[in-house]
Amino acid sequence: MISRSLKLMAGLLALAVLGGCVSPKTVDYSAYKQSRPKTILVLPPLNDSPDVKASYSMLSQVTFPLAEAGYYVLPIALVDETFRQNGLTTPADIHQAPADKLRNIFGADAALYITVTEYGTHYMVISSETAVTATAKLVDLKTGTTLWTGSARASSEEGGNNSGGGLLGALITAAVKQVINSSTDAGYPIAGVASNRLLSAGHPASLLYGPRSPKYGTD
Amino acid sequence: MNKYLSWPLMALALSGSALLAGCNSGPKTLYQWESYQPQVYEYFKGETPKEAQAEALERDLQKIASTGKTAPPGYHAHLGLLYLSMGKDDQMVQQFRTEKTLFPESGTYMDFLLKNAKTGDVK
Repeated sequence: MISRSLKLMAGLLALAVLGGCVSPKTVDYSAYKQSRPKTILVLPPLNDSPDVKASYSMLSQVTFPLAEAGYYVLPIALVDETFRQNGLTTPADIHQAPADKLRNIFGADAALYITVTEYGTHYMVISSETAVTATAKLVDLKTGTTLWTGSARASSEEGGNNSGGGLLGALITAAVKQVINSSTDAGYPIAGVASNRLLSAGHPASLLYGPRSPKYGTD
Repeated sequence: MNKYLSWPLMALALSGSALLAGCNSGPKTLYQWESYQPQVYEYFKGETPKEAQAEALERDLQKIASTGKTAPPGYHAHLGLLYLSMGKDDQMVQQFRTEKTLFPESGTYMDFLLKNAKTGDVK
């Protein structure tokens, strides 16, 4: 009895270890592969969290995973200024902008619509957790077809580094901590990890590699 | 360092980093990022003078040039935006053109910005 349950546990453990990189989720990439976007326009994220910093904290950290995945990412702050000059000052307004306008002005193949659903620190009795959750949708600007959707969460309370962000995420967090005083904006480095987890290529259900990556067409 | 000690140490470090890398292919990147993303956040927060932001990005460009790698997409365009807000139009134009040269995909947008800059209807 005991040995049987031990065997079962060992089996489960082996599965968990082997599981690591494998996800049971399958994604239909047919529209994405047909569209083959080269340039991505990231719109300022909608913010469903109570923290006003969420949108721009997240927005300022989306370029890394997307560009490293092989896409050209339209310059974040400059794009935001162009929207403002044209009277679109809130993420909600910008998310309503017509696709053909976005394509004509920015020359983008696809737009990324992000919503931040959780951002900030929960204080508990003996500890506190800073967490960021976001969802994203990649839309073809010519056809209006949704090419990909995803969501990711990152938390200060995660153990180990076997998560989607992996070593890269840890490195970014470390680098970011030196620049930003995390006591005033604890969500910022966590948003960086969430962004990396949400938008990097090369893992199950992720974005596909773009044309500037040597791994383009391999996934 | 001791010649006989350094090899096992290096092997250990390499196997360690391979283990850490796990599913990822490692920290090798397509671009040299330096402080681009934190500087974009600084721009949005608006707490640091634009001049200081531009200086930081220019300093990092020298580092990038010395390694022979490329600045990431948007880096030069962002620097152009800073020069625009400082009224340094010549430098703005130069940065937008560099962005277009490095990343022809930015052509449509850079041309739009340069055209508006020329007609005085800046941004």
